[in-house]
Amino acid sequence: MAAEEEASRPFAGLSDVSISEDIPVEGDISVPVGPSRTDEEFSTLDEPVKETVLRDLRAVGNKFIHVLYPRRSSALLRDWDLWGPLLLCVTLALLLQDGTADSDLEGGPQFAEVFVIVWFGSIIITLNSKLLGGTLSFFQSLCVLGYCILPLTVAMVVCRVVLLGASGTVSFVVRLVVVTASFGWSTFASTAFLSDSQPANRRALVVYPVFLFYFVIGWMVLTFSPLKREP
Amino acid sequence: MASNNDPFEFREFEEEGNLLDTNRDATTITIEDEDVKRQTKAAGFDPDADDEYPARSDDREELLSGQKKSPPFWTFEYYQKFFDIETHHVKERILGSLLPWPRKNFIQFYLRKNPDLYGPFWICTTLVFAVFISGNISNFMNGKYKPEFRKVTIAATMIFSYAWFVPLALWGFLLWRNNKILNLVSYSFMEIVCVYGYSLSVYIPAVVLCIVPLEWLKWLTMVAAFGLSGSVLVMTFWPALREDHPKVAMATVSAIVLLDVLLAVVCKHAAAVGSACCSSHSRPAQGERFLFMKAARGKSGSSVALLERIGFLRW
Repeated sequence: MAAEEEASRPFAGLSDVSISEDIPVEGDISVPVGPSRTDEEFSTLDEPVKETVLRDLRAVGNKFIHVLYPRRSSALLRDWDLWGPLLLCVTLALLLQDGTADSDLEGGPQFAEVFVIVWFGSIIITLNSKLLGGTLSFFQSLCVLGYCILPLTVAMVVCRVVLLGASGTVSFVVRLVVVTASFGWSTFASTAFLSDSQPANRRALVVYPVFLFYFVIGWMVLTFSPLKREP
Repeated sequence: MASNNDPFEFREFEEEGNLLDTNRDATTITIEDEDVKRQTKAAGFDPDADDEYPARSDDREELLSGQKKSPPFWTFEYYQKFFDIETHHVKERILGSLLPWPRKNFIQFYLRKNPDLYGPFWICTTLVFAVFISGNISNFMNGKYKPEFRKVTIAATMIFSYAWFVPLALWGFLLWRNNKILNLVSYSFMEIVCVYGYSLSVYIPAVVLCIVPLEWLKWLTMVAAFGLSGSVLVMTFWPALREDHPKVAMATVSAIVLLDVLLAVVCKHAAAVGSACCSSHSRPAQGERFLFMKAARGKSGSSVALLERIGFLRW
């Protein structure tokens, strides 16, 4: 018995680490598992390109699910990546484009403006939370803020569909409800991930810029109107 | 122990040796540093205490000299000390700028040597977006459904330069005057930035109220906002200027007030772009000239629209 205890004591700390089932163990160098790991790493050179791309897409999709159902899981934080935010930002910026020949009027935000607002805004909010003493790393924070734009992108798609169908007060009310709900969802999801890393007396100071950020993006989504509506 | 007959004569404290003579079992604690060092050395520590614990001697030196080594300005830690505040501090400071009180100098009462950068930065950003959003809403209510995104960059530039360059100029000016006239009150650059930043917070509700399309209400709210923020600024800087030559003091105060008026006017016009007069601070874009051509050919219809286009182009 004593010998077993002696053997197990060096590994005693590892018993606290639990890997929950919903996190697939895939392609992540930072999680040390065992000798079979190295075999897999060598063989990723030989696998088909589709496999490589699909692995990353699956990771991104998995994080989307974590955003849509925000629970207290650390998948977003532990394996951060910036593919998802990039995908969402590009989709949102493309959908917010007016894109017709008349667009030399002062119009809605152009592609570059949306890009700058999303990325610059995320960087500033991350800097703010780090200066206030947050424990998340820079890229983890960027990852969370970027992924939580997903509800607003979904709202943008819905708004565009609604605008194709009807226009006028009814469509405005529908769009308002959809955008408000998705703005609330985004803010709630990102604070669920970010607020744990701050001491309690500064939580509101960190949450307010996130609120402002998603409010501005929600505003851009809500006020989007295609050009053919010119009175 | 007392060798004097006078009971009110101050008696020196007995040496510990004498006390021990009277009561051998008494425990004595010596508070002097040298004794502590001697005891720790006797307990087996390294005799070169300073080399072994350089941090301890550094700390002692720092505490004794009353200053802390501040990190250089290119490191992250330098800026972290300006974010050393909590939620209730920010709330108190915002309330203090919304409701100025003659006795409570903002810097001395609220800042208390702890200026922060969080308030000024986020209040400026909020004001920029508030101006943008209320401008859009008043556009919508006047029938123009395009959100004018360029305005946000112009509003941002003007508000941020008011909140950062005017304090810089004021700080430099006060520094120059302090060299000439000995002044009891001197403010650091961060404190001045802080006052200006928090004084902008009263413009946020004012700009939101400018959405309502009543002209008299807009002027009323803007005058009230200017009054509150101006009084915060004047009450803060008057003690620093009081000792100075009266003409210089008056000139500085009126400069502060004038810049505040300018900001109020800019905010009102940027937030209420629906009004027919000077509503655009941007240079006439290609699109507006295009609109003018369309209007001249009669496509947009009414003469009011035509006048509006001309108004745009005049600016």
